[in-house]
Amino acid sequence: MLIVAFGAIFFYLPVMKDSAGNVLDSSFNIFYFHMPIAIVAYLAFFVVFVSSILYLRENDSKWDMVSLSAAEVGVIFAFLVLATGSIWAKAIWGWYWVWEPRLTTSLVLFLVYVGYLMLRTALDDPLKRARLSAVFGIVAFVSVPLSFLSIRIWRSAHPLMFGGSLYGQEGGGLEGSSLLLVLLLNMLAFVMLFVSLTSFKFQNEKFERELEMTKGR
Amino acid sequence: MLKGLNIAFKDLKIESRAREIFISMVVFSLLILIIFSIAFSDLLSSASKTATVTSGVLWICFIFAGTLGLNRTFATEVQNGCMDALKMCPIPRNSIYLSKVIFVFLLMLLVEIITIPMFSVLFNYQFTAIIWVGIVILLGSFGFVVVGCLISALVIRARAGEMLLPVLLLPLSLPVIIPAVSATSGLLRGEDIFSLMSSIRLLVVYDFVFFAVSMLVFEYVVED
Repeated sequence: MLIVAFGAIFFYLPVMKDSAGNVLDSSFNIFYFHMPIAIVAYLAFFVVFVSSILYLRENDSKWDMVSLSAAEVGVIFAFLVLATGSIWAKAIWGWYWVWEPRLTTSLVLFLVYVGYLMLRTALDDPLKRARLSAVFGIVAFVSVPLSFLSIRIWRSAHPLMFGGSLYGQEGGGLEGSSLLLVLLLNMLAFVMLFVSLTSFKFQNEKFERELEMTKGR
Repeated sequence: MLKGLNIAFKDLKIESRAREIFISMVVFSLLILIIFSIAFSDLLSSASKTATVTSGVLWICFIFAGTLGLNRTFATEVQNGCMDALKMCPIPRNSIYLSKVIFVFLLMLLVEIITIPMFSVLFNYQFTAIIWVGIVILLGSFGFVVVGCLISALVIRARAGEMLLPVLLLPLSLPVIIPAVSATSGLLRGEDIFSLMSSIRLLVVYDFVFFAVSMLVFEYVVED
Protein backbone atom coordinates (compact mmCIF):
# COMPACT_ATOMS: atom_id res chain seq x y z
CA MET A 1 0.00 0.00 0.00
CA LEU A 2 2.86 2.32 0.75
CA ILE A 3 4.41 1.54 -2.61
CA VAL A 4 1.15 2.33 -4.35
CA ALA A 5 0.80 5.61 -2.48
CA PHE A 6 4.33 6.75 -3.12
CA GLY A 7 4.08 5.57 -6.69
CA ALA A 8 0.97 7.64 -7.17
CA ILE A 9 2.61 10.79 -5.82
CA PHE A 10 5.77 10.48 -7.83
CA PHE A 11 3.92 9.40 -10.90
CA TYR A 12 1.38 12.19 -10.84
CA LEU A 13 3.61 15.06 -9.82
CA PRO A 14 4.72 15.94 -13.37
CA VAL A 15 1.20 15.54 -14.67
CA MET A 16 -0.28 18.16 -12.44
CA LYS A 17 2.48 20.61 -13.21
CA ASP A 18 1.72 20.24 -16.88
CA SER A 19 -1.99 20.59 -16.59
CA ALA A 20 -2.06 23.45 -14.14
CA GLY A 21 0.82 25.44 -15.53
CA ASN A 22 -1.09 26.14 -18.69
CA VAL A 23 -4.17 27.44 -17.03
CA LEU A 24 -3.02 29.49 -14.08
CA ASP A 25 0.30 30.78 -12.93
CA SER A 26 2.50 28.18 -11.37
CA SER A 27 1.85 29.11 -7.76
CA PHE A 28 -1.52 27.48 -8.15
CA ASN A 29 0.20 24.12 -8.37
CA ILE A 30 0.53 24.02 -4.65
CA PHE A 31 -3.22 23.79 -4.43
CA TYR A 32 -2.95 20.17 -5.52
CA PHE A 33 -0.99 19.53 -2.38
CA HIS A 34 -2.81 21.94 -0.16
CA MET A 35 -6.35 20.75 -0.53
CA PRO A 36 -5.77 16.98 -0.37
CA ILE A 37 -3.55 17.49 2.67
CA ALA A 38 -6.26 19.57 4.31
CA ILE A 39 -8.90 16.97 3.61
CA VAL A 40 -6.63 14.24 4.91
CA ALA A 41 -5.98 16.22 8.08
CA TYR A 42 -9.73 16.44 8.66
CA LEU A 43 -9.97 12.76 7.90
CA ALA A 44 -7.23 11.97 10.40
CA PHE A 45 -9.02 13.90 13.12
CA PHE A 46 -12.22 12.12 12.24
CA VAL A 47 -10.39 8.83 12.69
CA VAL A 48 -9.20 10.02 16.09
CA PHE A 49 -12.77 10.90 16.98
CA VAL A 50 -14.23 7.57 15.91
CA SER A 51 -11.52 5.43 17.45
CA SER A 52 -11.78 7.42 20.70
CA ILE A 53 -15.47 6.60 20.87
CA LEU A 54 -14.74 2.97 20.09
CA TYR A 55 -12.10 2.88 22.79
CA LEU A 56 -14.51 4.17 25.40
CA ARG A 57 -17.11 1.65 24.26
CA GLU A 58 -14.99 -1.42 23.92
CA ASN A 59 -12.06 -0.66 26.20
CA ASP A 60 -9.64 -2.23 23.74
CA SER A 61 -6.15 -0.73 23.65
CA LYS A 62 -6.08 -1.31 19.89
CA TRP A 63 -8.34 1.71 19.41
CA ASP A 64 -6.13 3.81 21.62
CA MET A 65 -3.18 3.02 19.40
CA VAL A 66 -5.24 3.90 16.33
CA SER A 67 -6.14 7.29 17.75
CA LEU A 68 -2.57 8.01 18.72
CA SER A 69 -1.29 7.08 15.28
CA ALA A 70 -3.96 9.04 13.45
CA ALA A 71 -3.47 12.07 15.70
CA GLU A 72 0.27 12.16 15.10
CA VAL A 73 -0.11 11.89 11.36
CA GLY A 74 -2.96 14.38 11.49
CA VAL A 75 -0.84 16.95 13.31
CA ILE A 76 1.86 16.64 10.68
CA PHE A 77 -0.69 17.06 7.91
CA ALA A 78 -2.28 20.02 9.68
CA PHE A 79 1.12 21.63 9.88
CA LEU A 80 1.70 20.97 6.19
CA VAL A 81 -1.63 22.61 5.41
CA LEU A 82 -0.51 25.74 7.20
CA ALA A 83 2.91 25.61 5.54
CA THR A 84 1.68 25.10 1.99
CA GLY A 85 -1.07 27.65 2.54
CA SER A 86 1.43 30.21 3.75
CA ILE A 87 3.69 29.66 0.76
CA TRP A 88 0.76 30.18 -1.54
CA ALA A 89 -0.41 33.22 0.41
CA LYS A 90 3.04 34.77 0.15
CA ALA A 91 2.89 34.43 -3.63
CA ILE A 92 -0.68 35.66 -4.04
CA TRP A 93 -1.50 37.98 -1.15
CA GLY A 94 2.06 39.17 -0.58
CA TRP A 95 2.47 38.04 2.99
CA TYR A 96 2.53 34.72 4.74
CA TRP A 97 -0.18 35.18 7.27
CA VAL A 98 -3.35 37.17 7.65
CA TRP A 99 -5.73 36.92 10.56
CA GLU A 100 -8.86 35.76 8.94
CA PRO A 101 -11.30 33.01 9.96
CA ARG A 102 -10.07 30.13 7.86
CA LEU A 103 -6.44 30.56 8.77
CA THR A 104 -7.22 31.16 12.40
CA THR A 105 -9.44 28.12 12.73
CA SER A 106 -6.91 25.93 10.92
CA LEU A 107 -4.19 27.11 13.26
CA VAL A 108 -6.46 26.42 16.21
CA LEU A 109 -7.17 22.95 14.91
CA PHE A 110 -3.44 22.30 14.71
CA LEU A 111 -2.96 23.59 18.26
CA VAL A 112 -5.83 21.50 19.62
CA TYR A 113 -4.24 18.31 18.39
CA VAL A 114 -0.80 19.38 19.52
CA GLY A 115 -2.54 19.74 22.88
CA TYR A 116 -3.86 16.20 22.46
CA LEU A 117 -0.33 14.87 22.02
CA MET A 118 0.89 16.95 24.96
CA LEU A 119 -1.85 15.54 27.14
CA ARG A 120 -0.72 12.06 26.22
CA THR A 121 2.87 12.71 27.22
CA ALA A 122 1.75 14.20 30.52
CA LEU A 123 -0.14 11.10 31.64
CA ASP A 124 1.93 8.19 32.90
CA ASP A 125 -0.47 5.36 33.60
CA PRO A 126 -1.29 3.74 30.22
CA LEU A 127 -4.91 2.92 31.03
CA LYS A 128 -5.64 6.36 32.35
CA ARG A 129 -3.81 7.90 29.43
CA ALA A 130 -5.88 5.94 26.98
CA ARG A 131 -9.16 6.86 28.63
CA LEU A 132 -8.49 10.54 29.23
CA SER A 133 -7.01 11.16 25.82
CA ALA A 134 -9.99 9.40 24.25
CA VAL A 135 -12.23 11.87 26.05
CA PHE A 136 -10.13 14.74 24.77
CA GLY A 137 -10.12 13.27 21.28
CA ILE A 138 -13.91 13.32 21.25
CA VAL A 139 -14.23 16.86 22.55
CA ALA A 140 -11.48 18.11 20.27
CA PHE A 141 -13.33 16.95 17.19
CA VAL A 142 -16.03 19.51 17.91
CA SER A 143 -13.77 22.23 16.54
CA VAL A 144 -13.16 20.44 13.22
CA PRO A 145 -16.47 21.34 11.56
CA LEU A 146 -15.92 24.97 12.49
CA SER A 147 -12.64 25.01 10.65
CA PHE A 148 -14.14 23.18 7.72
CA LEU A 149 -17.14 25.47 7.43
CA SER A 150 -15.42 28.70 8.43
CA ILE A 151 -15.21 30.06 4.90
CA ARG A 152 -18.90 29.50 4.51
CA ILE A 153 -19.88 30.97 7.86
CA TRP A 154 -17.83 34.15 7.76
CA ARG A 155 -16.72 36.31 4.89
CA SER A 156 -13.24 35.21 4.30
CA ALA A 157 -10.30 35.95 2.06
CA HIS A 158 -9.64 32.26 1.67
CA PRO A 159 -10.81 31.09 -1.74
CA LEU A 160 -13.74 28.76 -1.83
CA MET A 161 -13.19 26.11 -4.45
CA PHE A 162 -16.40 24.16 -4.49
CA GLY A 163 -20.00 24.80 -3.72
CA GLY A 164 -20.63 27.96 -5.70
CA SER A 165 -19.12 31.41 -5.55
CA LEU A 166 -20.86 33.14 -2.70
CA TYR A 167 -18.44 35.94 -2.05
CA GLY A 168 -17.63 37.62 -5.30
CA GLN A 169 -15.14 36.72 -7.93
CA GLU A 170 -12.69 34.78 -5.84
CA GLY A 171 -14.77 31.72 -5.09
CA GLY A 172 -15.75 28.74 -7.19
CA GLY A 173 -12.88 28.38 -9.59
CA LEU A 174 -12.37 24.76 -10.44
CA GLU A 175 -13.45 23.73 -13.89
CA GLY A 176 -12.17 21.35 -16.48
CA SER A 177 -12.03 17.62 -16.13
CA SER A 178 -8.25 17.29 -16.33
CA LEU A 179 -7.76 19.60 -13.36
CA LEU A 180 -10.38 17.72 -11.41
CA LEU A 181 -8.85 14.41 -12.36
CA VAL A 182 -5.42 15.43 -11.15
CA LEU A 183 -6.95 16.76 -7.98
CA LEU A 184 -8.79 13.53 -7.35
CA LEU A 185 -5.71 11.47 -8.06
CA ASN A 186 -3.75 13.54 -5.61
CA MET A 187 -6.50 13.21 -3.10
CA LEU A 188 -6.37 9.47 -3.47
CA ALA A 189 -2.60 9.46 -3.20
CA PHE A 190 -2.65 11.49 -0.03
CA VAL A 191 -5.36 9.39 1.52
CA MET A 192 -3.29 6.33 0.79
CA LEU A 193 -0.22 8.03 2.20
CA PHE A 194 -2.20 8.77 5.32
CA VAL A 195 -3.42 5.21 5.61
CA SER A 196 0.04 3.77 5.16
CA LEU A 197 1.70 6.22 7.56
CA THR A 198 -0.95 5.57 10.15
CA SER A 199 -0.69 1.81 9.82
CA PHE A 200 3.10 2.05 10.06
CA LYS A 201 2.77 4.08 13.21
CA PHE A 202 0.19 1.62 14.48
CA GLN A 203 2.54 -1.32 13.90
CA ASN A 204 5.29 0.60 15.63
CA GLU A 205 3.12 1.23 18.65
CA LYS A 206 2.13 -2.42 18.76
CA PHE A 207 5.74 -3.59 18.68
CA GLU A 208 6.64 -1.06 21.33
CA ARG A 209 3.94 -2.38 23.61
CA GLU A 210 5.00 -5.96 23.02
CA LEU A 211 8.54 -4.94 23.85
CA GLU A 212 7.35 -3.27 27.04
CA MET A 213 5.43 -6.41 27.96
CA THR A 214 8.48 -8.61 27.34
CA LYS A 215 10.66 -6.28 29.36
CA GLY A 216 8.21 -6.26 32.19
CA ARG A 217 8.11 -10.03 32.35
CA MET B 1 -29.84 17.78 38.49
CA LEU B 2 -30.90 18.60 42.02
CA LYS B 3 -27.95 16.65 43.39
CA GLY B 4 -25.67 18.74 41.24
CA LEU B 5 -27.18 21.84 42.76
CA ASN B 6 -26.44 20.44 46.20
CA ILE B 7 -22.77 19.96 45.42
CA ALA B 8 -22.58 23.39 43.84
CA PHE B 9 -24.18 24.82 46.95
CA LYS B 10 -21.56 23.08 49.07
CA ASP B 11 -18.80 24.59 46.92
CA LEU B 12 -20.33 28.03 47.16
CA LYS B 13 -20.58 27.70 50.91
CA ILE B 14 -16.90 26.80 51.19
CA GLU B 15 -16.02 29.60 48.85
CA SER B 16 -18.11 32.14 50.74
CA ARG B 17 -16.16 31.30 53.89
CA ALA B 18 -12.66 30.99 52.48
CA ARG B 19 -13.01 33.26 49.44
CA GLU B 20 -9.63 32.17 48.17
CA ILE B 21 -10.57 31.48 44.54
CA PHE B 22 -12.93 34.40 44.14
CA ILE B 23 -10.60 37.04 45.54
CA SER B 24 -7.69 35.95 43.39
CA MET B 25 -9.91 35.88 40.31
CA VAL B 26 -11.17 39.40 40.90
CA VAL B 27 -7.77 40.81 41.71
CA PHE B 28 -6.23 39.13 38.69
CA SER B 29 -8.92 40.45 36.40
CA LEU B 30 -8.53 43.98 37.76
CA LEU B 31 -4.77 43.80 37.36
CA ILE B 32 -5.17 42.88 33.71
CA LEU B 33 -7.52 45.85 33.32
CA ILE B 34 -4.98 48.18 34.86
CA ILE B 35 -2.20 46.90 32.64
CA PHE B 36 -4.39 47.43 29.59
CA SER B 37 -5.41 50.89 30.67
CA ILE B 38 -1.73 51.82 30.96
CA ALA B 39 -0.89 50.19 27.64
CA PHE B 40 -3.77 51.82 25.80
CA SER B 41 -3.58 55.17 27.58
CA ASP B 42 -3.26 56.97 24.24
CA LEU B 43 -6.56 55.62 23.04
CA LEU B 44 -8.57 56.70 26.03
CA SER B 45 -9.19 60.20 24.74
CA SER B 46 -11.76 59.13 22.16
CA ALA B 47 -14.74 56.93 22.86
CA SER B 48 -14.80 55.38 19.38
CA LYS B 49 -11.24 54.15 19.71
CA THR B 50 -11.95 52.73 23.14
CA ALA B 51 -14.96 50.90 21.71
CA THR B 52 -12.71 48.97 19.34
CA VAL B 53 -10.55 47.55 22.12
CA THR B 54 -13.31 47.07 24.69
CA SER B 55 -14.47 43.63 23.70
CA GLY B 56 -10.94 42.28 23.44
CA VAL B 57 -9.85 43.64 26.79
CA LEU B 58 -12.96 42.44 28.58
CA TRP B 59 -12.79 38.95 27.17
CA ILE B 60 -9.11 38.61 27.99
CA CYS B 61 -9.95 39.54 31.58
CA PHE B 62 -12.82 37.06 31.76
CA ILE B 63 -10.92 34.22 30.16
CA PHE B 64 -7.77 34.63 32.23
CA ALA B 65 -9.72 34.99 35.44
CA GLY B 66 -11.85 32.02 34.45
CA THR B 67 -8.79 29.89 33.78
CA LEU B 68 -7.49 30.80 37.20
CA GLY B 69 -10.76 29.68 38.77
CA LEU B 70 -10.91 26.48 36.75
CA ASN B 71 -7.43 25.55 37.90
CA ARG B 72 -8.73 25.28 41.43
CA THR B 73 -12.15 23.69 40.94
CA PHE B 74 -11.11 20.07 40.94
CA ALA B 75 -7.92 20.64 42.90
CA THR B 76 -9.98 21.23 46.03
CA GLU B 77 -11.80 17.95 45.50
CA VAL B 78 -8.69 15.89 45.01
CA GLN B 79 -7.25 17.01 48.34
CA ASN B 80 -8.19 14.62 51.15
CA GLY B 81 -9.78 12.19 48.69
CA CYS B 82 -12.97 14.19 48.53
CA MET B 83 -13.45 13.18 44.90
CA ASP B 84 -13.65 9.51 45.87
CA ALA B 85 -16.29 10.33 48.42
CA LEU B 86 -18.27 12.22 45.80
CA LYS B 87 -17.99 9.29 43.42
CA MET B 88 -19.32 6.96 46.08
CA CYS B 89 -22.43 9.08 46.49
CA PRO B 90 -25.50 7.51 44.90
CA ILE B 91 -25.74 10.18 42.22
CA PRO B 92 -25.07 10.14 38.50
CA ARG B 93 -21.46 11.03 37.84
CA ASN B 94 -22.20 13.91 35.57
CA SER B 95 -24.03 15.75 38.30
CA ILE B 96 -20.58 16.29 39.81
CA TYR B 97 -19.65 17.90 36.53
CA LEU B 98 -22.86 19.91 36.48
CA SER B 99 -22.17 21.22 39.95
CA LYS B 100 -18.73 22.40 38.94
CA VAL B 101 -20.12 24.14 35.89
CA ILE B 102 -22.67 25.96 38.02
CA PHE B 103 -20.07 26.89 40.61
CA VAL B 104 -17.45 28.26 38.20
CA PHE B 105 -20.12 29.94 36.11
CA LEU B 106 -21.40 31.83 39.14
CA LEU B 107 -17.86 32.81 40.11
CA MET B 108 -17.20 34.08 36.60
CA LEU B 109 -20.44 36.04 36.63
CA LEU B 110 -19.47 37.73 39.86
CA VAL B 111 -16.05 38.58 38.46
CA GLU B 112 -17.68 39.98 35.33
CA ILE B 113 -20.12 42.05 37.35
CA ILE B 114 -17.18 43.64 39.12
CA THR B 115 -14.92 43.93 36.08
CA ILE B 116 -17.34 45.70 33.74
CA PRO B 117 -17.98 48.77 35.93
CA MET B 118 -14.28 48.95 36.68
CA PHE B 119 -13.61 48.94 32.96
CA SER B 120 -16.08 51.78 32.60
CA VAL B 121 -14.21 53.76 35.23
CA LEU B 122 -10.66 53.05 34.11
CA PHE B 123 -11.30 53.47 30.40
CA ASN B 124 -13.80 56.30 30.78
CA TYR B 125 -16.26 54.41 28.64
CA GLN B 126 -20.05 54.42 28.52
CA PHE B 127 -21.54 51.04 27.65
CA THR B 128 -24.33 50.80 25.14
CA ALA B 129 -26.86 48.01 24.51
CA ILE B 130 -26.02 46.66 27.93
CA ILE B 131 -28.73 43.97 27.94
CA TRP B 132 -27.58 42.35 24.72
CA VAL B 133 -23.94 42.64 25.73
CA GLY B 134 -24.89 40.97 28.97
CA ILE B 135 -26.61 38.11 27.19
CA VAL B 136 -23.66 37.57 24.87
CA ILE B 137 -21.26 37.59 27.81
CA LEU B 138 -23.47 35.11 29.65
CA LEU B 139 -23.56 32.74 26.69
CA GLY B 140 -19.84 33.09 26.06
CA SER B 141 -18.85 32.48 29.66
CA PHE B 142 -21.18 29.52 29.87
CA GLY B 143 -19.55 27.87 26.86
CA PHE B 144 -16.10 28.62 28.21
CA VAL B 145 -16.91 27.15 31.62
CA VAL B 146 -18.51 24.07 30.08
CA VAL B 147 -15.33 23.23 28.19
CA GLY B 148 -13.17 24.42 31.05
CA CYS B 149 -14.64 22.15 33.70
CA LEU B 150 -14.18 19.08 31.54
CA ILE B 151 -10.56 19.94 30.72
CA SER B 152 -9.94 20.82 34.34
CA ALA B 153 -11.14 17.40 35.42
CA LEU B 154 -8.99 15.84 32.69
CA VAL B 155 -5.71 17.50 33.54
CA ILE B 156 -5.99 17.15 37.29
CA ARG B 157 -4.50 13.66 36.98
CA ALA B 158 -1.72 14.71 34.63
CA ARG B 159 1.76 15.77 35.53
CA ALA B 160 2.05 19.57 35.49
CA GLY B 161 -1.70 19.69 35.09
CA GLU B 162 -2.02 23.35 35.98
CA MET B 163 0.31 24.27 33.16
CA LEU B 164 -1.50 22.02 30.74
CA LEU B 165 -4.93 23.53 31.41
CA PRO B 166 -4.56 26.80 29.48
CA VAL B 167 -2.72 25.07 26.66
CA LEU B 168 -5.56 22.64 26.13
CA LEU B 169 -8.42 24.92 27.06
CA LEU B 170 -7.77 28.03 25.01
CA PRO B 171 -7.70 26.46 21.56
CA LEU B 172 -10.54 24.13 22.42
CA SER B 173 -12.86 26.85 23.65
CA LEU B 174 -12.16 29.09 20.67
CA PRO B 175 -15.35 28.08 18.82
CA VAL B 176 -17.18 29.77 21.69
CA ILE B 177 -14.79 32.65 22.20
CA ILE B 178 -14.58 33.80 18.57
CA PRO B 179 -18.32 34.44 18.11
CA ALA B 180 -18.62 35.86 21.63
CA VAL B 181 -15.85 38.40 21.06
CA SER B 182 -17.06 39.36 17.61
CA ALA B 183 -20.67 39.73 18.79
CA THR B 184 -19.58 41.84 21.76
CA SER B 185 -17.48 44.15 19.67
CA GLY B 186 -20.23 44.43 17.07
CA LEU B 187 -22.74 45.41 19.74
CA LEU B 188 -20.37 47.97 21.23
CA ARG B 189 -19.77 49.49 17.81
CA GLY B 190 -23.50 50.11 17.75
CA GLU B 191 -24.47 47.42 15.28
CA ASP B 192 -27.98 46.07 15.25
CA ILE B 193 -28.49 42.81 17.14
CA PHE B 194 -30.05 41.19 14.07
CA SER B 195 -26.99 41.76 11.95
CA LEU B 196 -25.00 39.79 14.52
CA MET B 197 -27.40 36.89 14.64
CA SER B 198 -25.02 34.55 12.82
CA SER B 199 -22.37 34.90 15.54
CA ILE B 200 -24.94 34.50 18.27
CA ARG B 201 -26.41 31.46 16.62
CA LEU B 202 -22.96 29.91 16.38
CA LEU B 203 -22.36 30.73 20.02
CA VAL B 204 -25.59 29.08 21.14
CA VAL B 205 -24.98 26.01 18.99
CA TYR B 206 -21.50 25.54 20.39
CA ASP B 207 -22.74 26.05 23.95
CA PHE B 208 -25.18 23.21 23.43
CA VAL B 209 -22.75 20.95 21.61
CA PHE B 210 -20.02 21.35 24.19
CA PHE B 211 -22.45 20.88 27.03
CA ALA B 212 -23.98 17.74 25.56
CA VAL B 213 -20.62 16.18 24.68
CA SER B 214 -19.16 16.98 28.09
CA MET B 215 -22.14 15.53 29.92
CA LEU B 216 -21.76 12.35 27.89
CA VAL B 217 -18.03 11.85 28.37
CA PHE B 218 -17.54 13.15 31.90
CA GLU B 219 -18.27 9.75 33.36
CA TYR B 220 -15.15 8.37 31.71
CA VAL B 221 -13.00 11.16 33.09
CA VAL B 222 -13.60 10.37 36.73
CA GLU B 223 -13.98 6.61 36.46
CA ASP B 224 -11.20 4.52 38.01
